[in-house]
Amino acid sequence: MSFRRSALVATLSAVVLTAAACGGGEDEAAAPEPEVAEAPEFEAGTTMAEIAESGSITIGTKFDQPGFGLETLDGELEGFDVEVAKIIAAELGIAPEDIQWEQTPSAVREEVIEGGEVDMVVATYTINDERAERITFAGPYYEAGQQIMVAADDDTITGPESFTENPDLTVCSVTGSTPSEQIREYLASDSQLVLFDEYSQCADALGNGQVDAVTTDNVILLGFVSESDGEFKLVGEQFTEEPYGIGIEKGDVAFCEFINETLAANEEAYVAAWEATAGQIEGTQTPELPEPAECV
Amino acid sequence: MSQQETVLFDAQGPKARRRTMIGTVIGALFLLALAVVVVLRLAGQNQFSMELWGPLLNPGNENFELVWGVIGEGIVNTIKAALVAMTLSVVIGTLIAVARLSLGRYARIPLIGFVEVFRGLPVVVLVYLSVRALPDVGIDLRGWPGGQVFWGLIIGLTAYNMVIFAEVVRAGVASLPRGQREAALATGLTNGQAMRLILLPQAFRVMLPAIISQLVVVLKDTSLVVFVANFDELLSQGESIIRNLGNPIQTFTVIALLYIAINYTLGRLAQWVQARQARGSTAKATGGDDLVPVRDGA
Amino acid sequence: MSPVIENLDLYVDGFLTSLSIIVVAMIGSLLLGTLIAAFRVSPVPPLRAFGTFWVSTFRNTPLSVVLFFCAFGLPELGINRTFYFFGVLGLILYTSAFVCEAIRSGINSVSAGQAEAARSIGLNFSQSLRFVVLPQALRTVVPPLGSVIIAMFKNSAVVGAFGVGGDLWSTGQTLTSARGYETLPIFIGVAIGFLLITLPAGAVLQVIERKVAIAR
Repeated sequence: MSFRRSALVATLSAVVLTAAACGGGEDEAAAPEPEVAEAPEFEAGTTMAEIAESGSITIGTKFDQPGFGLETLDGELEGFDVEVAKIIAAELGIAPEDIQWEQTPSAVREEVIEGGEVDMVVATYTINDERAERITFAGPYYEAGQQIMVAADDDTITGPESFTENPDLTVCSVTGSTPSEQIREYLASDSQLVLFDEYSQCADALGNGQVDAVTTDNVILLGFVSESDGEFKLVGEQFTEEPYGIGIEKGDVAFCEFINETLAANEEAYVAAWEATAGQIEGTQTPELPEPAECV
Repeated sequence: MSQQETVLFDAQGPKARRRTMIGTVIGALFLLALAVVVVLRLAGQNQFSMELWGPLLNPGNENFELVWGVIGEGIVNTIKAALVAMTLSVVIGTLIAVARLSLGRYARIPLIGFVEVFRGLPVVVLVYLSVRALPDVGIDLRGWPGGQVFWGLIIGLTAYNMVIFAEVVRAGVASLPRGQREAALATGLTNGQAMRLILLPQAFRVMLPAIISQLVVVLKDTSLVVFVANFDELLSQGESIIRNLGNPIQTFTVIALLYIAINYTLGRLAQWVQARQARGSTAKATGGDDLVPVRDGA
Repeated sequence: MSPVIENLDLYVDGFLTSLSIIVVAMIGSLLLGTLIAAFRVSPVPPLRAFGTFWVSTFRNTPLSVVLFFCAFGLPELGINRTFYFFGVLGLILYTSAFVCEAIRSGINSVSAGQAEAARSIGLNFSQSLRFVVLPQALRTVVPPLGSVIIAMFKNSAVVGAFGVGGDLWSTGQTLTSARGYETLPIFIGVAIGFLLITLPAGAVLQVIERKVAIAR
């Protein structure tokens, strides 16, 4: 893989972009804009060459996941996934404003990749074997784990096993989500599981005592804990591993390797992206870029 | 208050009026007490804080304009989806009705089966199938203006409402005096011409209030898309506001009031059209009465 | 259709849960709707006003919004019940407005002369309703009331999205989104589950209609 860039121009444009970004920001830490590669060159026929040639990239992310991909009221997207995607796009010579964002909720992610509607999906996308049969994962770029959130004054629930021991306890998760399936193993009966469309509804239900716990990936739960003014807390250790990957078309090894190399070469931007987004949530720790898995 | 209702009882005498008065006061006090309890409980939960209501109510709030921009977009999309789905439902529904009326006794059996199956399905299931499953069977809506979810929603709503309209049109045509068709045929019109030129125009006149009432149903049903995929209609926009500002009770209250305002206006419009028709024509027009108020989706 | 056969036990459970929601909501909404209809035709103006307010509110709000207020609003008021309770309650409140209107339109369809005659032989409000108007209204009420109730059967799908769990709709969602089954067969299975309820209900309704129908 060979690509070259004019460092001077890139630095200059980055300065301009950063200045523009600072103009709008007030108290919120705006993520630093990544350096956009100027006319990078890729081997002909690769996905990278196609994207760089066309000058735009379509990226799938979530629009409803605070900390990772959230559409704000003025229609902008913010979150760690969004920033990670921008880093990769920049390396392809595409400025953030040239990215076409596509909303990809959990249920449609494989479909849109297979259908070629998006070039890649960065959307709290847990790498697992079932999905890897249909698409290729680059990364992981973050390792989350499923955990349990309860009311701050609750000391009866200590971990997922509590639901096995006490069949009266209820736990909330999102309809059709992976965490909702993984918690089932610990439940004494199906009626303990309460399902809603959004985690914020689960948090509301926990807030007014309608459910005893909420479960999903710890980083999402931490967002609710920090917003709750001490009303919620996390209990127990994480009981699953959820490595987040970047979904691309099945078998595109070159693109996968390019993404992994890009992330490795931009650790600084990676850390800055985290600190400006999910890192703002109290109790989170700045992650180290995980070792990438083999591209298949 | 219609004539029949007022016939049922005498104007109240002094005793009854006093009883009514006492009852009203007691009832009002009860409702007032209930309201006080509700308000106190909500206040106890800090649900009246300006932090939560401000973005919706206070024009000076930094988010006020953004919030109402988002809501406005939602209203436009909701109305757009409802109108497109409604138009398609009326057109296809009419075609189904005409087909059903013109086919022979046995030829119409498959059509009746088709109508019954679609009438028996929840609209949310139809929307789900059209948004999620149409791409699986090779029907690609992505290139259509408005996007795949919009057209999936439209197709789901249309599939549900077209058969309702087929029934409304059929009932409308059936409600016309037989003489209309006989006279049309006697003047030398063909069956098709009689249907197109004589029967359908009259049936539509009778059906107009029913069409407007059904528009209320379709408008409410557009909100079901939140359970299926993302389309920026009113309810989804409300959820987006809640994600950003964390004020579910407040936002849903405003959203509910907006739905009520729009639908109430449409309902009054239907009543007004109906009253105008009833005044303007003979007793036959009241045949529309049975069609109007009670059809429902979700 | 093999995904449906594989998960037949889940479907059966979902069907039974949906059926129980429907039966409870049917009884509740018929009772509440009749009460509101009585309010709407009563001689007492405040009751009429209350009835009108009730109908305009619940008829013009999407069911999902009503369900939201039941599931998230009532707990804020300190009312803590199961989500099944809140879901069925929301469905009853919503449907009651339509039941009320169906019954009222039936009362209106009885010709004014009937009521006048009843009044003129000295029957009072409740007597003329009970002995003259309602028995006749019942016949015209059956078709619209039946379609309101069947519409409620279909609407019950939405209740599943509000924490009830284990009904036909959530079962379909779980199988497709979390367990990776294809959408089409799974939701055709869900659709069949609803048709097993609505088609027989429609047939029963037709039989009743024929039984009570009168030539007018």
